[in-house]
Amino acid sequence: MAVPKYYRYTESHEWVKVEEDNLITVGITDYAQEKLGDIVSVELPRVGDEVERGERIGMVDSQKASSEVFAPVSGVIAEVNDLLNDDPAVINSDPYEEGWFVRIEVEDTEQLDDLLTADDYEELITRLEEEEGE
Amino acid sequence: MGDGLRRTALYDNHVSAKAKMVPFAGYLMPVQYDGIVAEHLRVRTAVGVFDVSHMGELELLGPKALAVVQRIVTNDVGSVRPGKAVYTPACLESGGIVDDMIVYKVSDEDIFICVNAANKDKDYKWFVQQAHGECEVRDRSDEFSQVAVQGPKAPELLGRLFGSDVPGMKPFTFVRKTYKGADVIVATTGYTGEPGGEVYMPNEVASTMWTELLDAGADLGVGPAGLGARDTLRLEMKYCLYGNDIDDTTTPLEAGIGWTVKFNKGDFVGRDALLRQKEEGLKRALVAFVVEDKGIPRHGYELYADGRRVGQVTSGTLSPSLKVPVGLGYVEVPFDRPGTKIEVDLRGLRRASARVVEPPLYRHI
Repeated sequence: MAVPKYYRYTESHEWVKVEEDNLITVGITDYAQEKLGDIVSVELPRVGDEVERGERIGMVDSQKASSEVFAPVSGVIAEVNDLLNDDPAVINSDPYEEGWFVRIEVEDTEQLDDLLTADDYEELITRLEEEEGE
Repeated sequence: MGDGLRRTALYDNHVSAKAKMVPFAGYLMPVQYDGIVAEHLRVRTAVGVFDVSHMGELELLGPKALAVVQRIVTNDVGSVRPGKAVYTPACLESGGIVDDMIVYKVSDEDIFICVNAANKDKDYKWFVQQAHGECEVRDRSDEFSQVAVQGPKAPELLGRLFGSDVPGMKPFTFVRKTYKGADVIVATTGYTGEPGGEVYMPNEVASTMWTELLDAGADLGVGPAGLGARDTLRLEMKYCLYGNDIDDTTTPLEAGIGWTVKFNKGDFVGRDALLRQKEEGLKRALVAFVVEDKGIPRHGYELYADGRRVGQVTSGTLSPSLKVPVGLGYVEVPFDRPGTKIEVDLRGLRRASARVVEPPLYRHI
């Protein structure tokens, strides 16, 4: 399971890549896409939406389940990945690059410090997999 | 293995085939092998084999076995000849569904019943309680493995293993066969809407049979299919899944399987309540619907019509055959009429427009 070192993470399986001081890219992790299986559609927020940390900003639907996507920090939706409307499966094939979900203009960059590091996140998914018994 | 989950006799076969295994009804079961869509389409166009060994098997034995089953289930097992299988719910006095099942009539004194995996302990207790000691009730679930062979090429494949008489069998009938020295039951039943059957066998021959089905059907395009495809296939047919679409708070009449309730066969548990519901008219009904824009309905999502909540989704998926989102759900009468416009609330994000349709959602053209 890939967990890029220079990304930050949430306990709800979003990843965060800091692009500039207050602009971040958000997506769902390799672990999340693997759990969901073949992704068949997405619900994206609108550009300009103001979002609170932890607020739901969209949904990712696989053949067997739908999973909500949450804002890792508070801010304004600056861009959404329209490519996902035509080819949602790109989340499966490239979750950390082409499969990004939204870009957010961060309101308070200090919130970024509260996110999990790659090491924290790896520990989390190891624990989850152990709990599943496999 | 410390996870408390049981393995079927085919567990090693699934692991070798690189299946994704998930916990289901206390078992570790294959949810998919090479992908739900590929497996689904394989069953619609060729043939797929499913391990459904988690299902439960009960047996009623004795001179009063038929009378007992007639009292417990809503459909009529009395009027059919031995060798017939009957799909039926069993109900509470309230008319709520205890479980839905297939009853195989071996003889009036020997009734074999396949029940849902998650309900088998509850069902066994219910049958024992309702039998009042008039016949023997045995839970044989641990002795049996079950493999479903489904698809347009399934009858031919079953014929290759079990004899040339099998492809000509009528739907919902069964025969006893010998396979590698073991007694097996080959039934033309299923849960996909495709021809084919389900084979009940002792655990000892399951792995051999599984391998032989895959080898013998190679030229027919056979492949394994998991619980994921089983769910999308049954959903396209509007076959109910216990725990999703039906449970002890819903009746067979509401679920649209009123044809399984035979009021004229004599008394049975739930008859009074069901008759009253029939006479008073239904307040809600399970419908099939097609979503006309984007958004996949899921169990528990709310359904709207005329600007108010009129029901909720019980099952939903992106139909692999139709390539559009489809679902099942209960709606207030009269919003159950085919053609009615409804809306699916996507967890408050948006409402997707949908249309009630006459089931099944998918049929061969």
